[in-house]
Amino acid sequence: MRHLLSTTDLDRDAAVALLDTAEAMAQTQSRTIKKLPALRGLTIVNLFFEDSTRTRISFEAAAKRLSADVINFSAKGSSVSKGESLKDTAQTLRAIGADAVVVRHPSSGAPHRLAHAGWIDTPVVNAGDGMHQHPTQALLDAFTLRRHLADGRGDLAGRHVVVVGDVLHSRVARSNVDLLATLGARVTLVAPPTLLPIGVESWRCAVTYDLDAALTDDVDAVMMLRVQRERMTSGFFPSEREYARRYGLDGTRLGRLSDHALVLHPGPMNRGLEISAEAADSPRSTVVEQVANGVSVRMAVLYTLLAGDLAGEGDA
Amino acid sequence: MPTTRVVLESDEISRALTRIAHEILERNRGSADLVLLGIPRRGVPLATRLAGRIAQADARGSQGQQPDDSRGPAPVTVPVGEIDITLYRDDIRRRPTRGLTPTRLPEGGIDEKTVILVDDVLYSGRSVRAALDALADLGRPRSVQLVTLVDRGHRQLPIRADYVGKNLPTATSERVQVQLAEIDGHDAVSISDAGAPEAPAAPEPSRTGEGSE
Repeated sequence: MRHLLSTTDLDRDAAVALLDTAEAMAQTQSRTIKKLPALRGLTIVNLFFEDSTRTRISFEAAAKRLSADVINFSAKGSSVSKGESLKDTAQTLRAIGADAVVVRHPSSGAPHRLAHAGWIDTPVVNAGDGMHQHPTQALLDAFTLRRHLADGRGDLAGRHVVVVGDVLHSRVARSNVDLLATLGARVTLVAPPTLLPIGVESWRCAVTYDLDAALTDDVDAVMMLRVQRERMTSGFFPSEREYARRYGLDGTRLGRLSDHALVLHPGPMNRGLEISAEAADSPRSTVVEQVANGVSVRMAVLYTLLAGDLAGEGDA
Repeated sequence: MPTTRVVLESDEISRALTRIAHEILERNRGSADLVLLGIPRRGVPLATRLAGRIAQADARGSQGQQPDDSRGPAPVTVPVGEIDITLYRDDIRRRPTRGLTPTRLPEGGIDEKTVILVDDVLYSGRSVRAALDALADLGRPRSVQLVTLVDRGHRQLPIRADYVGKNLPTATSERVQVQLAEIDGHDAVSISDAGAPEAPAAPEPSRTGEGSE
């Protein structure tokens, strides 16, 4: 594996291997000395063209726990706001001597361009691009699900995950549908018709408009998506109250889930819109755990991309 | 044709481990405060076997010394763990990415204990160096000792074993392979000539039995 751009790049064995590595990484994070020497002397650049708190901090923590040096670059306050192109920024990174680039960009496909345009020859990790993919989020969700539903081993065969909300604008939904299907889980998307993308019927999942019907179908986990108001240019639903009533996870719906079912949310949450405070703070909610697992998963990704002999491996 | 010859049979391995168990007890005056840590993969079953033998031998020993103890000797158990050294290796960037195995420390940890590292083959000494670095991140043992089933020479670092199953003079072009019942189905130590890809069906002994560290 040379880059991590999309969860479609991962087959089942590669995904399970990454999750196993993340499990070993997680185990080192309960020690007094959390730092591991694996990536000593390497420089990782966090290239963030879009606002982010948890993903950037998570990648930074992961890189530092593996002893890499981290350079944080955010578009605000950099030459990008003066109009510098992605290519020129990439060449600057090459000159600085970056060994890996973690990139978040508002345009879908920007990480792919960065990885394959020949501007830089380092591994590229996609930390979220437009409405396309966010593979490390999907991996940490799968890691969290696997810990609770499969004892932290193997895949998610036979499990049923319901993904609810703003699928149209969600790179998390796309990445998760691909990865969960690869891991053998059954996925059902629930959203109002206006928030489903064109072509969703070709995805490896079922689609429904009715949340209550979906929740009666032997659910192992419910993943709530954030309503991305900043990407919404027109009215996708009549009112927030109507959305919350039809597609929000509240106490009543929470009570109908079976005892082992989990509630996931990638954060940041719109409390009262897609998820009620009662659901967000319930013991089934893994929201905080997902953040902690994010560090372990990103350590596994950086380790897998950077620790091996790069010359000896093909472009995967 | 590559030639492979077996240098240690199952019963010889068994005798060597029993002898090492007694040597450990002798050197440390009993099994108190001992912690055995195996280096994956084949160091781990070796450590487990050694712990069993040490416990057995120590129980026999204390039985003879304290005949007045009416309750009989308390069962002796020697804590065993395993220590993954992958992230501490100095050749980590010169080889394909390796999978990680979990590090498991026994309850009670390693602080102020006598840690006995167990590996199958001692060659360059680089994995032992990595294990020492990993240990330093996990705690502060009172002392560290090293057991190896086979010492094949050609050290590249100032490291020696405290307990050796068998000293095996080899050429650097030869490969030493340790097979253990827990992993390979049977016990044997064998040497093969250069260019003999021993057991090509098993891709996983990346660093273990072949002693190529």
